[in-house]
Amino acid sequence: MLHEITFTVNGDPYTLAVYSQQTLLKVLREKLGLTGTKIGCENGECGACTVLWDGEPVNSCLVLAVEANGHAIETVEGMSVGGELHPLQKAFIEHNAVQCGFCTPGMLMSAKSLLARNPQPTELEVREALVGNLCRCTGYVRIVDAVLDVAKNQ
Amino acid sequence: MTTQTNNPVGKSVPRVDAFDKVTGAAKYVDDMQFGPGLYYGKLVHSPYAHALIKGIDVSQALALPGVKAVVTGADTPGRIGLYMKDRYIYARDRVRYVGEPVAGVVATTEELAEAAAKLVTVEYEELEPVFDPYAAAQPEAPVLHPDMAEYKWPNFIFPEPGTNISEHFKLRKGDVEAAWPQCAAIVEQTFRLPQIQHVPLETHVAIARWDQTGEVTLWSPSQSPFAQRDLLAQSLGISHGDMRVISPYVGGGFGGKAGISIEANVVVLARAVKGHPVKVRMTREEEFVCTNVRQSLHAHTKIGCDAQGKVLAMETQYYFGGGGYNDYGVNIARASGYSCTGPYLIPNIKGDSHSVYTNTPIGSAMRGFGMPEIHWGIEQIMDRLAEKIGMDPAEFRRQNCVKTGEEILTGMKMPPVDLVACIDKATAAIGWGQKKPASAPGKKRGQGLAIMWKAPAIPPNPGSSAIVRFNEDATLNVYVGGQELGQGAFTVAAQMAAQALGIPYEWVRVSANPVDTKYSPYEWQTVASRITWAMGNSVKAAAEEARQKILDVVAEHWNEDPENLDIKNGVVISYQSEREQSLKSMVVYGLPNDNYEGWQGGPIVGTGKFMPTYITGLDKETGQGTRSVAHYSVGCQAIDLEVDTATGQVDILKIASAYDVGKAINPDLVLTQIEGGAVHGMSSAFEGMFFDKQGRLRNPSLVDYKIATALDAPWEIHGDIIETPLEDGPWGARGVGEHVMVQTAPAIANALHDALGVRFDDLPLSSEKIYLALREKEAGGE
Repeated sequence: MLHEITFTVNGDPYTLAVYSQQTLLKVLREKLGLTGTKIGCENGECGACTVLWDGEPVNSCLVLAVEANGHAIETVEGMSVGGELHPLQKAFIEHNAVQCGFCTPGMLMSAKSLLARNPQPTELEVREALVGNLCRCTGYVRIVDAVLDVAKNQ
Repeated sequence: MTTQTNNPVGKSVPRVDAFDKVTGAAKYVDDMQFGPGLYYGKLVHSPYAHALIKGIDVSQALALPGVKAVVTGADTPGRIGLYMKDRYIYARDRVRYVGEPVAGVVATTEELAEAAAKLVTVEYEELEPVFDPYAAAQPEAPVLHPDMAEYKWPNFIFPEPGTNISEHFKLRKGDVEAAWPQCAAIVEQTFRLPQIQHVPLETHVAIARWDQTGEVTLWSPSQSPFAQRDLLAQSLGISHGDMRVISPYVGGGFGGKAGISIEANVVVLARAVKGHPVKVRMTREEEFVCTNVRQSLHAHTKIGCDAQGKVLAMETQYYFGGGGYNDYGVNIARASGYSCTGPYLIPNIKGDSHSVYTNTPIGSAMRGFGMPEIHWGIEQIMDRLAEKIGMDPAEFRRQNCVKTGEEILTGMKMPPVDLVACIDKATAAIGWGQKKPASAPGKKRGQGLAIMWKAPAIPPNPGSSAIVRFNEDATLNVYVGGQELGQGAFTVAAQMAAQALGIPYEWVRVSANPVDTKYSPYEWQTVASRITWAMGNSVKAAAEEARQKILDVVAEHWNEDPENLDIKNGVVISYQSEREQSLKSMVVYGLPNDNYEGWQGGPIVGTGKFMPTYITGLDKETGQGTRSVAHYSVGCQAIDLEVDTATGQVDILKIASAYDVGKAINPDLVLTQIEGGAVHGMSSAFEGMFFDKQGRLRNPSLVDYKIATALDAPWEIHGDIIETPLEDGPWGARGVGEHVMVQTAPAIANALHDALGVRFDDLPLSSEKIYLALREKEAGGE
């Protein structure tokens, strides 16, 4: 069954027809072409599909698109504003917190949400906030350093 | 171009791929758009570990509206494989593991393809399975590949048709029987490791299109685009010129995306619906059972030393559980045979390394290629020997580890490395011998260390090539066929090209995303930690050729000897006349003669190649030969950990690593490999694939198969870089990408022994296992 939903993605308004069973992840990637949000497990375990839902991180593979009606969604594509990278994006580059890059968009989303609700997190709080975002490459150390660095300088 | 980094080799310049990856702009295969003509495929998997296929009925699936084709083994008569050509693309007469593809369907949507896959009915006759590699190697075991003698394999592999042994490598040196009586201490033990999975964040995905003209294109996240092209061309009878593999960024490889996995299945689906691209993406569950995994190992190892702690003899049998098909895996057993001692100089050795067919998922390349598996046992035995003779385990290793120029187990002379320096650095970083108190009552703290070696496990002639090409403003495009897996291959390629040409790093653009076999220069595979070394040599050669062409043009223009010219910071200079010539414009348009009476030069393009030409065969009965491998990289890890004795929970507090990389082209990228590898290695010690009695995987999800999270990883990861130059490495560099996780598990086991006084012979190191061992120890057991 098709449903019409109206929501914003990265600040832009959209009205779309979506099927009952379609996840937000699939709609973002397939209908809006926002492929920065990745498919890792479709089971809510890896965090590669993390997006912000009214500022809170959610696994977009576990949310139905119909539920997004009336909400504000943010993806990695919305992080840099006016041609300027977000401080977290800059810090990820400077700290070499990126290797294969597949977990990076979801990591950035979780980190952004953390700093919005807790601007001066401890290392433990950063690690707790990122525990739902798996990374097989980096060992997490540079990612944690990058987030703490942004917190220190903001 | 405000920043100008001259002479970038050895400097921690920023990654060339980071910007795309933090903005979401980086495209992976699943992100590529194919429009409404795209069809979706779904594989039908065997539910049995070992069975004969008696019949397949595809009529119901084909009758479903929207289903375009169903493919089975009847459509794929040719066998495929990188080393051992031992499998059909779709099973024909027999299945050998749960998850093996027996059919594939193509439909207009993903949902339809999934529904149709369930409508394919297959009639099986179950056979007795065998899962344990040691049991599978025994004469009474059911034989998985009765036709093995018909298979094709390279001349350095020695299978035993009529058995399940797909490779048997023998190493014989000295006289072990005569040596045992001279030993003051001997440790003999059996070690077992389960299969584990790579768990890249990006699962396998492939899209293929078979055009009506006969041209075939495959889009796949691949460590081996050229090897995939070669295997597909051979197996399906396609000209290499018509088979094209396009591979953008890879979302984690770790060996799992080396060689060939589901890609051939997808190409065959595309052949059935010519003109339409067909996409198959593995679910996380399929990733666990239907793509490659690390082999299991049953190792029985005996090592002895004299009263002064000199290791005198080693006898070892390795049985790698290769899974239903051993293709790539035969070379893992071989590599583990010719490196069977680990990084030790041992005068008397009897080693037998086997890969064995088992009814489990396909065991294949994974970061370390046999070395993490064999070091698990070796590094624990070395600790136990040191303990027996009352010697510090670090000192025991300093004394016995292999050193430059020594004759190693195969008879080859050890190329330059400094393993003692690695031991010194890693132990110093951990505060070796100064154990800190545990953080709470009920917790116990321990230190442990382990050393390692690994050679690139390559065939004797894997080639690399590169092209460099200038633009009008003297920016340079570098073309390589090596893949960016996250390790930094593109960044070091840019650094090396800039360094060899004498231009700033910022002038270089890497033209390798995607790697495209139609446009990229040939690269054998991005495996074996060989890219910085081998591809690096080809980039250096290409840049040096371009440099010489520029110098020749300018020398003629100035009427000077090119020997007196150089390129510094992007400017041609003469040491003779002190003249200067900017590279801008001249690298494309050339230079005018006096009074514009003609021109010289033209667009500057350089090409380069590298292939090791010196690797020799090894004797079938003894494993002896003059040059068994290209080189070895070595390293040491030391670990500080704490165990909660009430729960068996292990907390890894610090991992300190030191590796001899020859030359760190980009030191910070080396450190990121060391850090990431330490956590990958740590995680691997707690991972395992568990099967039921029918061979069905019980934990095929990230819920039940846990990898290390940000909370599990140690907060302190220390890295040291040692630089003992490699003779044929670019600026002395050798690889380090795999080495960084090889010895982490035994280093943890040694630290656990230090903390608890308990030894663990089998992986994984689950909390339950540790808890039970502690209770047993309390009860007075061994």
